[in-house]
Amino acid sequence: MKKLLLATAAAALTAGGAFAEDVKLGISLGFTGPLESMSPAMAQGAELAMKEVSDSGKFMGGAAVVPVRGDSTCVDAAAATATVERLVTTEGVKGVVGGMCSGETTASLQNVGIPNGMVMISPSATSPALSTLEDNGLFFRTSPSDARQGVVMTEIIMEHGIKSVAVTYTNNDYGKGLADSFAEAFKAAGGTVTIVAAHDDGKADYSAEVGALASAGGEALVIAGYIDQGGSGILRGSLDTGAFETFVLPDGMIGDTLQNNFAAELAGSFGQIPSSEGAGKEKFIEMASVAGFDGSSVYSGEAYDAAALIMLAMAAAGSTDPSVYKEKVMDVANAPGEPILPGELGKALELIAAGTDIDYQGASSVELIGAGESAGTFREIEVKDGKIETVKYR
Amino acid sequence: MDFLNAIVAILNYVFVPATAYGAQLALGALGVTLIYGILRFSNFAHGDTMAFGTAMTILVTWGLQKLGLHFGPLPTALIALPFGIAITAAFVLATDRAVYAYYRKVRAAPVILVMVSVGVMFVMNGVTRFVIGVDEIQFTDGARFVISAKGFREATGLAEPLAIRTTQVLTVVLAGLVVWALFWFLNKTRTGKSMRAFSDNEDLALLSGINPNHVVAVTWIIAAALATTAGVLYGLDKSFKAFNYFQLLLPIFASAIVGGLGNPLGAIAGGFIIAYSEVAVTYAWKKVATYAIPGFEAEGLMQLLSTEYKFAVSFAILIIVLLFKPTGLFKGKAV
Repeated sequence: MKKLLLATAAAALTAGGAFAEDVKLGISLGFTGPLESMSPAMAQGAELAMKEVSDSGKFMGGAAVVPVRGDSTCVDAAAATATVERLVTTEGVKGVVGGMCSGETTASLQNVGIPNGMVMISPSATSPALSTLEDNGLFFRTSPSDARQGVVMTEIIMEHGIKSVAVTYTNNDYGKGLADSFAEAFKAAGGTVTIVAAHDDGKADYSAEVGALASAGGEALVIAGYIDQGGSGILRGSLDTGAFETFVLPDGMIGDTLQNNFAAELAGSFGQIPSSEGAGKEKFIEMASVAGFDGSSVYSGEAYDAAALIMLAMAAAGSTDPSVYKEKVMDVANAPGEPILPGELGKALELIAAGTDIDYQGASSVELIGAGESAGTFREIEVKDGKIETVKYR
Repeated sequence: MDFLNAIVAILNYVFVPATAYGAQLALGALGVTLIYGILRFSNFAHGDTMAFGTAMTILVTWGLQKLGLHFGPLPTALIALPFGIAITAAFVLATDRAVYAYYRKVRAAPVILVMVSVGVMFVMNGVTRFVIGVDEIQFTDGARFVISAKGFREATGLAEPLAIRTTQVLTVVLAGLVVWALFWFLNKTRTGKSMRAFSDNEDLALLSGINPNHVVAVTWIIAAALATTAGVLYGLDKSFKAFNYFQLLLPIFASAIVGGLGNPLGAIAGGFIIAYSEVAVTYAWKKVATYAIPGFEAEGLMQLLSTEYKFAVSFAILIIVLLFKPTGLFKGKAV
């Protein structure tokens, strides 16, 4: 017994010694809640980048990076704030990968991130409201704003020769943000939006919404909703009553349910989802499968990039102090410099140490614009012969 | 021609969907009103009884489909419906024996029974999810349309489509049959008459030798049958999702109260009033007006209220009715 105690004490001591040099990074994602199925692959993506940097031995004189997970719940702003508070004050993290959903991210950023001067990089919060938030240069995101999706959607619709559309959105931050930014972009491009009508998720009947949309008319219907929620009801109602024949489907509407329940009736409908392609993405998926998770899962690559950006900015600034390295995030993310793909973080650290500029590309072809958000690549899809097919990336 | 287009547009987007939805609400409200009239409490578990009954019917439907049984152009679920009703009735009777019987024995106040039914609601909620899961399930088969939008356009040459789903026709027809059977039962049979007597004056009914246990059991069985039928029709017409049935409880109660709690005729009228007001008040009349009035070019959408407010409409009606006619449009019991 005595021996065991001694051994444990000794182990604790050595562990404590190693800890002194460690850098902790927080991962605040919705491990429970409506997006709980997406979170594990995202956290594993972020942890993959941390492990890669630790294993390289070239970070901050050989320091290890230790991930600390926290549950942001995606929907409960108070719970997310408490989680980030714990990460920052109790765990002493030097940067946070998160939050996950737009509302919760805004709350934790304003209540904890900004007062404590903590850098937060979200892999998946897409609300346009986050672009204009006064963030003291502390907030970045590796996902594109929905304002960008609105513009891309406008381009795709215009290319199909459609000039007037009706819009319906799910009544929350995501739906409203996307619908508003799209309506603005579409009008600016010379199109007509006949109606912008909200629908609530999980309701008994959508005849009223379908009726109003049909009466307003338009060549196509844009559904900024969720395929597993009210979006399904609107789509079913519109198809059955013959209200619309062509549908425009943003990211929330594209999923297995669409393929299984609707694809056969949607010939000619189209849409887009944030998604990247190319060497970086392929490399990341390959690395993920070696590490034992699915790298093609939504926003997993973006989480890897968020963690990588924090660590590379630290290296470039030569400091783990958020108020110092926040200045370097845009530098390492953008040109000019040596392009860096996933799996090359060790090489990036060497280049930084040698004083060479780097241009981090990562899994999602990172290019930060504006107030520090991804320009984003989108996958354009079209339904042909009962299948969802990729047209091209833009 | 334009006038015909206007009529078709109203039929397609207002009349047909609202009638089907109204029939579903009416069936649900009938069950609520029956329990209120005879057992004297508002049964909050009714929405989840519908979900449970539908879940059971879906399970039987799957079994029948496995055996290769089909009902021609009609959904297989119709064959499964009696089985679903039987299982639900047994479940509801067991609940009554285990829970409600005690509170009847101690003559608990109606408000306590209401709270008890909330408890039962949560348990049923869990049981349904446990058995069939939380996902959306489509269980309709057979012919989908009586009149399809495309077919109607081609046949008539009108610009406006008209679609009538098999399930919509089925809903209205079946609801009519069920209501007729219920009224026949309540007015003509001995058990039905004893139920009405029990509802009107419990003490007098007991004195004249009516067996209360028998009346209670029959009431529960009928309520289970109404709930399962309403749930299955709703599920066939839209889709089955346990959570949606819980949401359905609100419009159902609104229907029952607007019509007059405890009055079966009122429940039916209430169901249609709520359904039509939800769809018609938020309808954008622009298209119809453009067709109906020659040379008229509508500026706005001509929409009284945007669709977010459709629930506000039914509850505004509810409040107005309660203010001016507390017993409902058809004389029910005071709430």
